[in-house]
Amino acid sequence: MIAHHPRTIAEATSALADGAIPLAGGTDLMVEVNFGHTRPEVVVGLRRVSELAEWDGNRLGSGVTWRRVEESGPRALAQAARTVGSPQIRNAGTIGGNIATASPAGDGLPFLLAVDAEFELVSNEGSRQVAAREFFVDVKKTTRRNEELIAAVNLPETLPERQEFGKIGVRNAMVIATVCCVVTRDSNHSTRVALGSVAPTPIRAMRAETMISSIAMPTDADLAEFARLVSEDVRPITDHRSTEEYRRHAAGVLARRLLERCLR
Amino acid sequence: MTTTSARRTTPEGAIGESPLRPDGIAKLKGEFEYAQDLHADSMLWGATVRSPHPHARILSVDVAPALAVGGVHAVMTAADVPGRATFGLEHPDQPVLASETVKYWGEPVAVVAAEDEPTARRAAAAVVVEYEILQPLVDTDEADTADEVFRRMTIRRGDQRAEGAVVVEGYYEVGMQDQAPLGTEAGLAVPDGAGGVDLYATSQFVHVDQEQVVASLGLHPNQVRSHPAGIGGAFGAREDVNLHIHLCMLALYTGLPVKMVYNRSESFTGHVHRHPARMWYRHHSDRDGTLVKVEARIVIDGGAYASTTSAVLANACYFAVGPYKCDSVTVDGVGVRTNNPPCGAMRGFGAVQVCFGYEAQMDKLALALEMDPLDIRRKNALATGDPMPTTGQIINTPLPTLEVIDSLQAMPILDLNLSENPVHLPGGTGLTTDAHHVRRGVAYALGIKNLGFSEGFDDYAQARVRLTPDGAVIETAAIEVGQGLVTVLAQIARSALGISAATVKHVDTSLIDSAGSTSASRQTQLSGGATLEAARQLRGQILDDYSGDDFDDVGVWRDGELVASFEEVATHNLSKTVTFRHPPTSAPDAEGQGVVHADFAVAGHRAVVDVDPELGLVKVLRVDTAQDVGKALHPESIRGQIEGGIMQGVGLAIMEEIVIDQGVIKNPNFTDYLLPTILDAPDVEALLIEKEGSWGPFGAKGVGEPPTISSTAAVAGAIRNATGKSIDRVPVRPQDIAFG
Amino acid sequence: MIVSFFVNGEKTTARITEPASLLDVLRDQLGLSGSKSACEQGECGSCSVMLDDVLVCSCLVMASDVEGSTVVTVEGIATRGLHPVQEAMHRAGAVQCGFCTPGFVVTAAALFDANPAPSRDEIKEALAGNICRCTGYGAIVRAFETLAEGNR
Repeated sequence: MIAHHPRTIAEATSALADGAIPLAGGTDLMVEVNFGHTRPEVVVGLRRVSELAEWDGNRLGSGVTWRRVEESGPRALAQAARTVGSPQIRNAGTIGGNIATASPAGDGLPFLLAVDAEFELVSNEGSRQVAAREFFVDVKKTTRRNEELIAAVNLPETLPERQEFGKIGVRNAMVIATVCCVVTRDSNHSTRVALGSVAPTPIRAMRAETMISSIAMPTDADLAEFARLVSEDVRPITDHRSTEEYRRHAAGVLARRLLERCLR
Repeated sequence: MTTTSARRTTPEGAIGESPLRPDGIAKLKGEFEYAQDLHADSMLWGATVRSPHPHARILSVDVAPALAVGGVHAVMTAADVPGRATFGLEHPDQPVLASETVKYWGEPVAVVAAEDEPTARRAAAAVVVEYEILQPLVDTDEADTADEVFRRMTIRRGDQRAEGAVVVEGYYEVGMQDQAPLGTEAGLAVPDGAGGVDLYATSQFVHVDQEQVVASLGLHPNQVRSHPAGIGGAFGAREDVNLHIHLCMLALYTGLPVKMVYNRSESFTGHVHRHPARMWYRHHSDRDGTLVKVEARIVIDGGAYASTTSAVLANACYFAVGPYKCDSVTVDGVGVRTNNPPCGAMRGFGAVQVCFGYEAQMDKLALALEMDPLDIRRKNALATGDPMPTTGQIINTPLPTLEVIDSLQAMPILDLNLSENPVHLPGGTGLTTDAHHVRRGVAYALGIKNLGFSEGFDDYAQARVRLTPDGAVIETAAIEVGQGLVTVLAQIARSALGISAATVKHVDTSLIDSAGSTSASRQTQLSGGATLEAARQLRGQILDDYSGDDFDDVGVWRDGELVASFEEVATHNLSKTVTFRHPPTSAPDAEGQGVVHADFAVAGHRAVVDVDPELGLVKVLRVDTAQDVGKALHPESIRGQIEGGIMQGVGLAIMEEIVIDQGVIKNPNFTDYLLPTILDAPDVEALLIEKEGSWGPFGAKGVGEPPTISSTAAVAGAIRNATGKSIDRVPVRPQDIAFG
Repeated sequence: MIVSFFVNGEKTTARITEPASLLDVLRDQLGLSGSKSACEQGECGSCSVMLDDVLVCSCLVMASDVEGSTVVTVEGIATRGLHPVQEAMHRAGAVQCGFCTPGFVVTAAALFDANPAPSRDEIKEALAGNICRCTGYGAIVRAFETLAEGNR
């Protein structure tokens, strides 16, 4: 096998153009390798591309680890980071890896969707910005082309004043989300709700957002309606981790609780 | 050398103390050799071809593509098994390699040996097996109706027409739990160059492995030596043969050492699991809470092959009433055969499943009678001298059920304040739950189980105690799985011999007779019993040989004078070999009556849980316990067994389950088979109840299983108490609470 | 391909023909079998090592990616004798089967080297990626609370 160890983004994208498989923290790819699901012959290790690890204001290099996000990320993203795998996983795993893997359960993704983050994709041909809502296509499928490198995540200049993350899992640590959710709310009442593990991709609960964004001081009845709309907006399945019915219910309950925290 | 001042009568590290583990430092430094770490020169690696179907007819097996892979030395199928085609712990019904049909998902069909592990796995994947897929039998009722059963069990005791003034009834279900020892199955087989083989593999019982290898390889018993190897946990998963025969076949065929290590997903198919169970119960009592009659029907799923299903079913039935007096008992049990994963031994062995059922019933009865849950248990507590409610056997060893109840009641509930730190609330770091969403629940559960093997099995353990210049050496084939046998046998030898230096040496099957299995909470009593008797005999001989009246680290003494130094005594290579048997038991009669068990232990748990009822999330805060231990030989190890056993019980209560769909395991990995983390661990206060009188060494009882038996029931009861939901199934899933 | 890196202070090379993990290379090529393989997916922590001073699961590190890096395994945690975390675990009876122990040692060493007196909560959260199936964690928590107390 061949492994490239580029120092610059240009070197990395050259390797990708030649068909190399990108390797960031390894916490997703190596599971596939260890389980015999994939056997990459040419790999491009991104660990040494220092530019990818840069974090400048609202621009997070894709190589920023969850550990760093946990320590200094925006509130709800830091809350999400704290639930990513284990300390060991958070030390290795990167935000770019989470985005590229595009698991429906990716803990960091609802936040990126909620704040309309943009992903900076770079290839030998140039670079482009893709909005989070246009990036995730299906289970572990994205609009990234194989030769493109996720270089950075651009968050908006101003982030919502209130933002809360929550994640339901059966275990108190190191668990795949049964449902995870981010709710954000601005002083103009504009509210965003994004959820993971309830559809093939992370999704927004648009009807619930619209309904609650117009209400300055939601009553209990409004909150109940909000929860109901979230439950309706999600498209969960039944699998070995949970049931459709529970995920639907829990999505509404969790979103409501997070909204209540935003309103406090 | 003749001074009496150097004399010390009590050896260091004797029973009742908690000496440090002799293997602790090696384990902490990463130097301890586990079966996974074994190496031999010119060693090949083995891999297993497994069925992707739970039930299918094998139409053809083409090994040519695997043999064509460079570096492959052998591919073997059922046709290459030299001796008995099947194996099994109790009944040899399981093919060494499947030939005509496969009966469970992951069943071995062929094995491969190659120069390295990736090559072996690639070659295994290259074997082409053509299957005709058959409908799997996965429903236990269907299996029962079709008489696909391993054993039916009937218990009838007392007046079958008795009825109580108060009657409560319930259906209960227990999911399939995995032992999930952290070390997967692993081993190394080394051909001896003379047609025989030495096997070093993960095991709980090397002699029974050796017998099965001998049979399937068609060898003479003295041609196969099974050696105890370093074990990364067991909990019942290592009683049955898995890679043992395969390794020996490959080693003898290739003439080279062969090593095999299962990966985690293989491990989920490579060993048996805790039987899932479905139970119906009806309890009758008087108005004052006295149990009048208990009726139960118990169905356990044995999966595709026998393993220990017969014995697990029997245990479930024998302990179906719990540690309670009752003179009218009706139990019907069946262990069915399906195409689900084979089930067998796991810590608690049938007693765990029924405990969840009968303790839910006891709480239900207390509720119906408006009685305190501990009072109803106290009223019915089983004690020494009572007949077992199921078998009628008179209990003649100490059974401190009442003391367990009183101790639990007397233990203060610590840490009662609800935490403001969300990490301590249900949902943990997921931040799902605020303090005002939480409801607290408390419940108690008691459990009882036999110690040692039952039903007339000739249960024995041999040990040899040898006096060497370095001290006493206890030779045994008993397996150390982490529980601390290496520590406690040495303590017993120290106490009995009177000297401080004692170590345990694991020897292979050719050098000593069987110690039996490291299971059924039996080694401290059985191998400990053999060690005690051998050490006493050795001391007796030493005193006789020198006409002494005492022996210690200095030497042999007579009337306060040293008559022979320790060094002098140790030059004679004295040793005693003892085979220890517990009091005999017998098979039950047709109604399940008889002296079936050798000894019993009782324990109780009090669980305190916080529940978020709306989301169905649970945080287990505390599980406090009182346990009947006979005599605490190594209090710290007992605490370790208690805390570890409780954790496995908590796991079964709220998260651990092998999820099966049409015979296929959906979660054979640690991402989806959830084991409790340190953030899921409850605090534990443990009270050891010492009531000597058992036949174990110094009155000791086995302590490994009781912590797992009633902890599950206590946690489930506490969730019930917090939520008012029925909670009739474990593991309790969020949806069971949210919608239950 | 040949990968050169430092293991426990010594320069080492490994020949990589497969996309193997660092764990496999440590165990099978370098004879460092202290790091354990128990889940192959970063869900148990038994293979924990320090990679360039960061705690990671070596089963999730592609061996080719450690070129020029520094790796410390359980075998290199103590320069002589026992590391205080090893001593603490031994004294507290925190070892049973021991299969998870090397992972706990490396993880706890990382914690205590960075924070000599962690609180009970900090200890637990730092160890949440290490599964122990034997002890129920009680003795492990006691070991490190005692050590932290002694460091205060």
